[in-house]
Amino acid sequence: MSALILLLSLSLLVAGAFLVAFIWSVKRGQFDDDYTPSIRILFEDKENSSSPQS
Amino acid sequence: MSQATLSTTEVKCYHCGADCDDSIIVHDDKPFCCEGCKLVYELLQENELCSYYDFTQNPGVSPDKTYYAGKYAYLDMPEVQQRIIEFTDGRQTHVNWYLPQMHCSSCVYLLENLHRLHEGVISSLVNFPEKKVRVVIDTQKIKLSKLAELLTYIGYEPYISLQDVEGNAQQKNNRSRLYKIGIAGFAFGNVMMMSFPDYFGLGDTQSDHQLQTMFSLFSVVLALPVFFYSASEFFVSAWKSIRKQYLNIDAPIALAILVTFLRSLYEIGTQTGVGYLDSMTGIVFFMLLGRYFQDKTYSAISFDRDYKSYFPVAVTLLKKATSKDSEVPTTSNEQILVTNLQPGDQILIRNKELIPADVRLISERAMIDYSFVSGESVPVEKTRNEIIYAGGRQMGGAIELEVTKKVSQSYLTQLWNNDSLSQQQQSQKRDLVGQINRYFTWTVLGLGLAALAYWYLMGDLPRGINAITTILIVACPCALLLSDTFTNGNMLGMFGSNKFYLKNAQVIENLSEIDTVVFDKTGTLTLPDAAQIEFVGKPLSPLQKSIAKTMSEQSSHPLSRLIAKSLAASPKEKTLTHFKEVEGLGLQAQLGDDFVIKMGSARFLGIAPASDDQETSHVYFSFGGQFLGYFNIFSLYRDNLSETLTALKQRHYQTYLLSGDKPTDIALLSHLFGSEKQLHFLQKPEDKLRFIEDLQQKGQKVLMVGDGLNDAGALLKSNVGIAVSDNINNFTPACDGILEGKQLSLLPHYVKLAKAGRRIVIQSFVISVVYNIIGLSFALTGTLSPVIAAILMPASSISIVLFTTLSSRLATRLLLKKAD
Repeated sequence: MSALILLLSLSLLVAGAFLVAFIWSVKRGQFDDDYTPSIRILFEDKENSSSPQS
Repeated sequence: MSQATLSTTEVKCYHCGADCDDSIIVHDDKPFCCEGCKLVYELLQENELCSYYDFTQNPGVSPDKTYYAGKYAYLDMPEVQQRIIEFTDGRQTHVNWYLPQMHCSSCVYLLENLHRLHEGVISSLVNFPEKKVRVVIDTQKIKLSKLAELLTYIGYEPYISLQDVEGNAQQKNNRSRLYKIGIAGFAFGNVMMMSFPDYFGLGDTQSDHQLQTMFSLFSVVLALPVFFYSASEFFVSAWKSIRKQYLNIDAPIALAILVTFLRSLYEIGTQTGVGYLDSMTGIVFFMLLGRYFQDKTYSAISFDRDYKSYFPVAVTLLKKATSKDSEVPTTSNEQILVTNLQPGDQILIRNKELIPADVRLISERAMIDYSFVSGESVPVEKTRNEIIYAGGRQMGGAIELEVTKKVSQSYLTQLWNNDSLSQQQQSQKRDLVGQINRYFTWTVLGLGLAALAYWYLMGDLPRGINAITTILIVACPCALLLSDTFTNGNMLGMFGSNKFYLKNAQVIENLSEIDTVVFDKTGTLTLPDAAQIEFVGKPLSPLQKSIAKTMSEQSSHPLSRLIAKSLAASPKEKTLTHFKEVEGLGLQAQLGDDFVIKMGSARFLGIAPASDDQETSHVYFSFGGQFLGYFNIFSLYRDNLSETLTALKQRHYQTYLLSGDKPTDIALLSHLFGSEKQLHFLQKPEDKLRFIEDLQQKGQKVLMVGDGLNDAGALLKSNVGIAVSDNINNFTPACDGILEGKQLSLLPHYVKLAKAGRRIVIQSFVISVVYNIIGLSFALTGTLSPVIAAILMPASSISIVLFTTLSSRLATRLLLKKAD
């Protein structure tokens, strides 16, 4: 019985942590734009990579 | 007869991808169409940003040629800054600008590397769906006006309108709905888990009872935030509608949520059951999800523009202003906010600038293009002291004007304040689902009360209460609402992927009901930048063609531009001298010492105009005093126009044409529209509005298809107003939907698809009614076990969502793919 209570509380805690993570990510604006990051990942970081002759 | 744009060499500009006509600039082994494109390339090369060209072919945007130094000086005015700056601490300043030219991944690359172009830029972040860039700048190193200049220079002119400066603060991103969905989803999943032991049956032992109590208590705790926070919008909206004495669609949902919650609390409190908290959280979760899906439309496209978004923010005020004592001392040409313009102020308007207020012309002569207001494509000539109405665009050199009325009182602005426009907003509430819902709610309530009364008379009140609450829970019209929101969400997406962007779900329904289609002509049925040009008279020799091309290239008059384009294949004639343009009349040049060539109006050449001069546009051509003939310029109609109109007529739609233009192409158009009676020319914006109003008074449901500001009133007044645009980033008047020009021929199919959407909603409603009847037959007898209710609830919802998604996809495929 007490083991069940412990497990339940733990599972809720884990789920709650995900909920908090979700709310945090919405607050940080991660859901405002769900398209641009997919483009951004294609860019090279460093300047030396580009040459005019492509 | 020479067709427009037939160049033999198809050289594309390396930067912007435009066809280079004959003036190719070669730089670094790459062709460029103009000096501007080349300069951008050089700048990018210098800063090692050439991978810009790797992501997309010819990604560039040719820089705006109407730019002039000081155009953005107004951005440094404190009163403007206050409105457009998001955040500043004196050193760092954040702005979030809309860049309509943004169109590809290369744009994102360049715009996020602005800091490499100017040291004053600290960082920049693009939001591509909204076409916005958030730039953080160091105000010590770069001024806002300089930032705007930099963006314009590389081809991404920021769009800053009067609405931004004058309007209310922009609404925050709607994040609260995401929070609500997150919390409801979290609670739904966990309550579900807590309910499993109950679904599969617990024993009767003491510990089993304790377990059940514990699970129930956890469920109640989880359900509380769902009830009080996530579901709050249903209660608020339902309460509002009840106060206005009608039942809206949220009322039965709110009732179902409330009854479910209270009954669950009662059952758990009295230990008579475990309640239906899993169903309740499930309803809320699915409903919120459906609405989020439906409301996720096109953030980059604005459907609610009024005149304010077209007007410039600031104009150049001339020093000579009749200085009232209170005014700030005016130095030479300074920028002033258009809202601060006072009658008597003198302003300077440059080529292609919009005139923001009703004004009197001070300069000698002006060419005003009213296409924006009236749809008339040919500019009108104005001479000194004539009144020019707001909304005209100067073509040619800069002019000086004196303001006669404030911006808010101008002729154009009055159009927006027309009474009939503000009234109509309210009367459009009754939609299909709303109507079904009214009967549905009353039927369900009636049934519930009947069941209660029956069991009460039988002397079994608890069972009666059980029956009515179960009926309310099971008969919650969630399935209907889910089918509606998900079908609409799907449909909006389907329309969007076919280049037809709708404002919201209501438009689909209005579109399915229309029976009359009214078209504007200029820019809607005709192509905006193309024309068919033929030369009537003696055929021109190659030399004459070259001369005509060279001369017309010098002028910015639209007719000259069209002629130059149609003669693109001819080489340039470089020996011309004494070039002269007489505004509004024509062009003149000399070959050798005294060989004069003139092109322009009949008056300019001193000859009698041709007989059909009023119907089409003519440009007369004389060569050394000898009249050779004239260029006859026809508007070019969009492809497949006759198929489109025939398809509409076959389905018994009435079609009308409303044009602000003078009557042209009557033979062709009356053939297309059936008879000459359907054609209405010389319609002013108010006439168009009134025409729509008259049709509506006869009970017709009108679809208006237009493009310019001159259609704005009609677009708003009509049941569905669709703006046609060849580039959806261009500014379109307030409307219900934006259609890409090339897709106009699909219009009948779009209407058909909207109807199919309605059918899908009804079909899925029938399915949900079947579910409800099954559920109700259990509930009325008061024997529905929690397990079945718990399974029935999500199963019906999910199957409805599946059904609408699949069938709307199928309908789109059948109706639109076939048409391609």
